[in-house]
Amino acid sequence: MVASIQVDARGRSCPEPVMMAKKAVDQGHKEFMVLVDSEAARDNVSRFVKSQGLRVQVEERGDEYVLQVNG
Amino acid sequence: MEKWKIVLAGSLVGFFGVMLVKFGNPVNMGVCVACFIRDIAGALGMHRAEMVQYIRPEIAGFILGSFIISLSFREFRPRGGSAPLIRFVLGFFLMTGALVFLGCPLRMILRLANGDLNALVGLFGFTAGIITGIQFIKRGFSLGRSYSQTRVSGYLMPAFAVVLLVLLMAKPAFIFFSQKGPGSLHAPVALSLVAGLAIGVVLQRTRLCTAGGIRDAVLLKDFYLLWGLLAIFLVAFLGNLLFNFSQFKLGFIGQPVAHNQHLWNFLGMYLAGMAAVMLGGCPLRQTILAGEGDTDAGVTVLGMLVGAAFSHNFGLAGSAQGVSANAQAAVIIGIVVVTLIGLGVIANNLGLQRKERIGVGS
Repeated sequence: MVASIQVDARGRSCPEPVMMAKKAVDQGHKEFMVLVDSEAARDNVSRFVKSQGLRVQVEERGDEYVLQVNG
Repeated sequence: MEKWKIVLAGSLVGFFGVMLVKFGNPVNMGVCVACFIRDIAGALGMHRAEMVQYIRPEIAGFILGSFIISLSFREFRPRGGSAPLIRFVLGFFLMTGALVFLGCPLRMILRLANGDLNALVGLFGFTAGIITGIQFIKRGFSLGRSYSQTRVSGYLMPAFAVVLLVLLMAKPAFIFFSQKGPGSLHAPVALSLVAGLAIGVVLQRTRLCTAGGIRDAVLLKDFYLLWGLLAIFLVAFLGNLLFNFSQFKLGFIGQPVAHNQHLWNFLGMYLAGMAAVMLGGCPLRQTILAGEGDTDAGVTVLGMLVGAAFSHNFGLAGSAQGVSANAQAAVIIGIVVVTLIGLGVIANNLGLQRKERIGVGS
């Protein structure tokens, strides 16, 4: 069991948020949280984790989004 | 579902690319962000190349369309501070490379869709540049994060777009308008503006990006954006056959506003591809981001504007006659500078990571 981690991808240009999520997946994490603050990043990261067979729940927090990824 | 949205968005861009040519824009230049920013630089007197001076309402439309739709979807977010000066320089050289090829990546697709095979050479160069840029990203290239800014900073680029439209309508004596050449050819202002606004709206919603399409396909095997690019190509191709058939020409020779110096078509777009990946998006995408409050993208657009001015002041732009020695030097210098920026940023970021690991620093 890999410890759950938090990826802070706020304020990053494309494709960095996805690369940061990819790094977490590549390290074997199946449960982690990604923080983003743009809709483009929210959509791109969601699309990526779904393509990896993982599930994602999006929660809006003010001007930011919390993406909870689950195996 | 998502795929159809991006295909529709690409189709709309392809369709307007065809229609704007039919109603007066230069051939294969229905929409071209690099060419249009160059024409705006000329109209503002930042360069004095008499053939390419016109305030292109399409650019103002991209920015304002994105601004309006992002406001109504609550996606307008004034933000910035992610290495603005580096972005300015990358925008500058992105423009230098694009103008040697004679077009941004979008015009490259539109040229290809009208039979200009020089654009295929450009596409190879652009793809090679993107793959090079990806190598930087894989090795830790990042311009750092942006932070939210005051709302007024996000209004500046939309305000600039409005000023451009006012100058276009008022035609004061200090604004230059080409009497001949590509700058003198344009669709009616209303059509150009409506097309620009529509493209701005649709691209803000779908995030369509010419560099992103190839980047994501190579880097992530994600073909979402690439579908949009294919749609631009197919619709423009069919549309040209249908509406601009007399101007359709397959081959390398005698193509409108183009040259067939393959090496420089390749390297010009190589430079553009590299810079676009490092910036996180192509010229078109930068104008959309600038409209939704991204001031770093705004700085990039200004870098492109200044790059266009320098290109014509120093004779760096390609032309139908070919590519001058100055232009060749500029492309090489651009590739070297952009590479050095990439390596410098990577070295710095690696250093930061090492410090974090051993617990030094902030």
